[in-house]
Amino acid sequence: MNDMTPIPTTIKDWETDQEVRWCPGCGDYAVLKAVQRTMPELGVRPENTVFVSGIGCSSRFPYYMETYGFHTIHGRAPAFATGIKLANPELDVWIITGDGDALSIGGNHTMHVLRRNLDCQILLFNNEIYGLTKGQYSPTSRMGTRSPSTPFGSVDSPVSPCAYALGAGARFVARGIDVHKKLPEVLKAAHRHKGASFVEIFQNCIVYNDEVFGAFTEKKAAADNQIWLEAGEPMLFAGGAKGIILDKERLRLDVVDVTDGDWRGAGVIVHEPANRAVAHMLVEMPLGAFPMALGVLYDDPHPTFDEVVRMQNAQAAKGKSADLQALIAKGQTWQVEKEPRAE
Amino acid sequence: MATAHSIEDGGRARVPHEQGAVVVRFAGDSGDGMQLTGGQFTLSTALAGNDLATFPDFPAEIRAPQGTLFGVSAFQINFGSTSIETAGDEPEVLIAMNPAALKTNVDALTPGGLIIADAGEFGARNLAKAGYAADPLEDGSLARWQLLSIDISALTIEAVKPFGLGNKEALRCKNMWTLGLALWMFDRPRDPITDWLKAKFAAKPELAEANIAALNAGHAYGETAEIGYAFRQRHIDPAPTAPGLYRTITGAEAISLGLVAGARLAGLPMFFGGYPITPASAILHHLARLKEFEVTTFQAEDEIAAICAAIGASYAGSLGVTSSSGPGIALKGEAMGLAIMTELPLIIVNSQRGGPSTGLPTKTEQSDLYQAVYGRNGDAPLPVIAVRSPADAFDCAIEAVRIATQFMTPVIILTDGYIANAAEPWRVPDHEVYQAFPVDFFDESPREGEKFNPYRRDAKLARPWVRPGTPGLTHRIGGIEKSSDSGNIDYSASNHQRMTDIRARKVLNVADTIPGQDIALGEPGEKLAVVGWGSTFGPIHQGVLRARDEGKSVAHIHIRYIWPMPKNLGDLLKTYDRILVPELNTGQLKTLLRDQFLVDARPLNKVSGHPFRIAEIEAAIEASLG
Ligand code: SF4
Repeated sequence: MNDMTPIPTTIKDWETDQEVRWCPGCGDYAVLKAVQRTMPELGVRPENTVFVSGIGCSSRFPYYMETYGFHTIHGRAPAFATGIKLANPELDVWIITGDGDALSIGGNHTMHVLRRNLDCQILLFNNEIYGLTKGQYSPTSRMGTRSPSTPFGSVDSPVSPCAYALGAGARFVARGIDVHKKLPEVLKAAHRHKGASFVEIFQNCIVYNDEVFGAFTEKKAAADNQIWLEAGEPMLFAGGAKGIILDKERLRLDVVDVTDGDWRGAGVIVHEPANRAVAHMLVEMPLGAFPMALGVLYDDPHPTFDEVVRMQNAQAAKGKSADLQALIAKGQTWQVEKEPRAE
Repeated sequence: MATAHSIEDGGRARVPHEQGAVVVRFAGDSGDGMQLTGGQFTLSTALAGNDLATFPDFPAEIRAPQGTLFGVSAFQINFGSTSIETAGDEPEVLIAMNPAALKTNVDALTPGGLIIADAGEFGARNLAKAGYAADPLEDGSLARWQLLSIDISALTIEAVKPFGLGNKEALRCKNMWTLGLALWMFDRPRDPITDWLKAKFAAKPELAEANIAALNAGHAYGETAEIGYAFRQRHIDPAPTAPGLYRTITGAEAISLGLVAGARLAGLPMFFGGYPITPASAILHHLARLKEFEVTTFQAEDEIAAICAAIGASYAGSLGVTSSSGPGIALKGEAMGLAIMTELPLIIVNSQRGGPSTGLPTKTEQSDLYQAVYGRNGDAPLPVIAVRSPADAFDCAIEAVRIATQFMTPVIILTDGYIANAAEPWRVPDHEVYQAFPVDFFDESPREGEKFNPYRRDAKLARPWVRPGTPGLTHRIGGIEKSSDSGNIDYSASNHQRMTDIRARKVLNVADTIPGQDIALGEPGEKLAVVGWGSTFGPIHQGVLRARDEGKSVAHIHIRYIWPMPKNLGDLLKTYDRILVPELNTGQLKTLLRDQFLVDARPLNKVSGHPFRIAEIEAAIEASLG
């Protein structure tokens, strides 16, 4: 639900009295603060908000939001959210999940909630590791990740969350970083989008996978390795010194140098969030040769599942009376007036 | 609507009326439409006022190779002028549409019974496929029975000639020819069938006409053909039944309607999450059409999502329902635990089939009782109700909704493949006689300085049901052990002990609201109690009835409430010298009874995929009384 009537709440209205139980220094704290800070700006009410989570470090999140909250079972949060939203479309539903929860045990449900386009926000905390179970490699861990379950390094290729989401038919795909000041803007855009909004948040697990995203999140590396996309703006990074171009011949993106701000001359393309083909290329850009694409990568609304289900239900019910007695007496019936014969 | 008494008109009164019952089995290739034929014969029989029971028996393959033994589909009906509770032990009439159907079914036929075979299908190829070295219609091997060999194929093609159908399409009308003959044999009206055909083929009137022509031709064949003594027309009198409006109903339909009625009595919209699985899908299909009753159906991506969505809907204030069969129920186990932990109402329907694993998808079994009562991690009790017949399913569904919503708990309804597919006459109840149990959502905001406690309970130990969207009551629930009042995470030893005890006690409290165990037949304190549950009601009842007619001291007790059990059940069982528990499993209720009451319950088990035969129950009674 994207009711934009401004109803004043403050960050305090969104904080619970529960002691937060993440490891000190965990990126989850920053995401929690960003969400709590964003909520008053959305003009929504705590009682109309439901946070649904699966299992994992991030899935403790609902306990810390002063809203309705449902901490469910591993990987299944999208299914619970589907039932909640279909039962009451007025509710503003947020799904909190992690890389193991959403892409390993719950990969199936993630795919289906996206293709159905249930109106909800999905925040996937990607830390490339299983934190709660003490550090095993996850489906997003890079090849060669050493962990208790892969002492000689993992040998399987990781899944890219945003590529998976696009492949599943997501209509909104965005990326943010736990401690980055632009995260609230991404959250607001996700909330604004009607339908399933998929947000991958790079989240640092200080205990089991510290600095795994350092290559683009470290202060020194950030400018050259992050590109924040804005609708209608040229795809520039490194302080405007570099940009992204589309090599139309080979149908791929490339990085170019931009001199004196002449991005047009350099052929840098403008971000159109509804361009699905470019979105596919943006989420697949390999880090190193390219910066990490961040912000709203794709946004192209489509009728939502809950809306269409409601509409079809209403359509099918139209003109029919809910006469239970008539229903149970349906079909070919016969009347027995009295006992046909004595025993 | 027809009246039981208006069926026989003057012209047909010459058929001698008789008392008793007849068992007829239709058997053919899966492509021959035997289920349809049986279903329509059932309808016509019900309209004639007979009591009846049916047993559809079909292969797991949708289109098994034509003419093969494993591709045979059969439909048995037992109808009569007395109360009918089983589909019958041995058919007296077997209609065999091909050699494979004859081979797989003829041994069940009572000696001296009648075989009607479609001679047109007994060519060399089909005989070979069925493993016949010689044509059984010719070689005298069927001498124990009466044989009526008719070239139904040729007669059907002849009958539908005027409609210009292709050979294949024309042969599809064979089942209607056969039905016409069967209707003539038992003096049954054709009108309901012709009405049904006209409705079914409304878009293709020529097909309707062809099928009606075949039906009439089969009927006329009986009327006119010189076919000897074997083919005597019979008329079974209507059965004595309580006055009222009747219809036939299958278990799957009755469960669906009962759920709708239950949701209405609770004052809730229903949300049904399902995933296709045999034989449970029929419930999803029925409910998907009932949008005007505030039913939302959701075909989920898997069994787990189906139950999770249903729990989500319950959390949001609907009646969450999910349904499956054993393998799917196994997948739902973890989510059931969450519903137990978060104390949300939920209905789980298990249409049991043969197991383990994929097992026998289209055959019936009662082997998921342990799974229902015990099959979850942790101490995870929930109420379990077992359906005994198609008509009983309606009441059981309502009862499950009552318990789930009043006690804030998931409830399992155990039905099975036999009940789901079988049809029986059902006196349409007046839904107003059921007492409503409206849900009272909690919506009082806590007073200044106080906090809302989502796990504070009422006298029954049920916690309040709060819909998200209710101001002042925001709270969090989840699968982690929670403090007994506030619901906040609490791992402490004493709290887990307390919560485990409360969850168990709450479910046991359901026993305060259910009727005491009755005795279906007989008295307390007889020599033997035959104790059953679920779809074995019919054969047990008839077996006990016959034993009592022979003067034996035996009673029939049939348990609906598997968990918690009626409070008087233990004391009642202890009044009998012996206890026999027939089950279509290897002894699951037997174990439960021994465990709960320390009684010497003895098992009678069968897992062939078929229901008990009355004779099997009789023999076991005999042996028990020894
Ligand atoms: S294990 Fe990692 S992800 Fe989990 S709370 Fe600790 S730092 Fe955060």
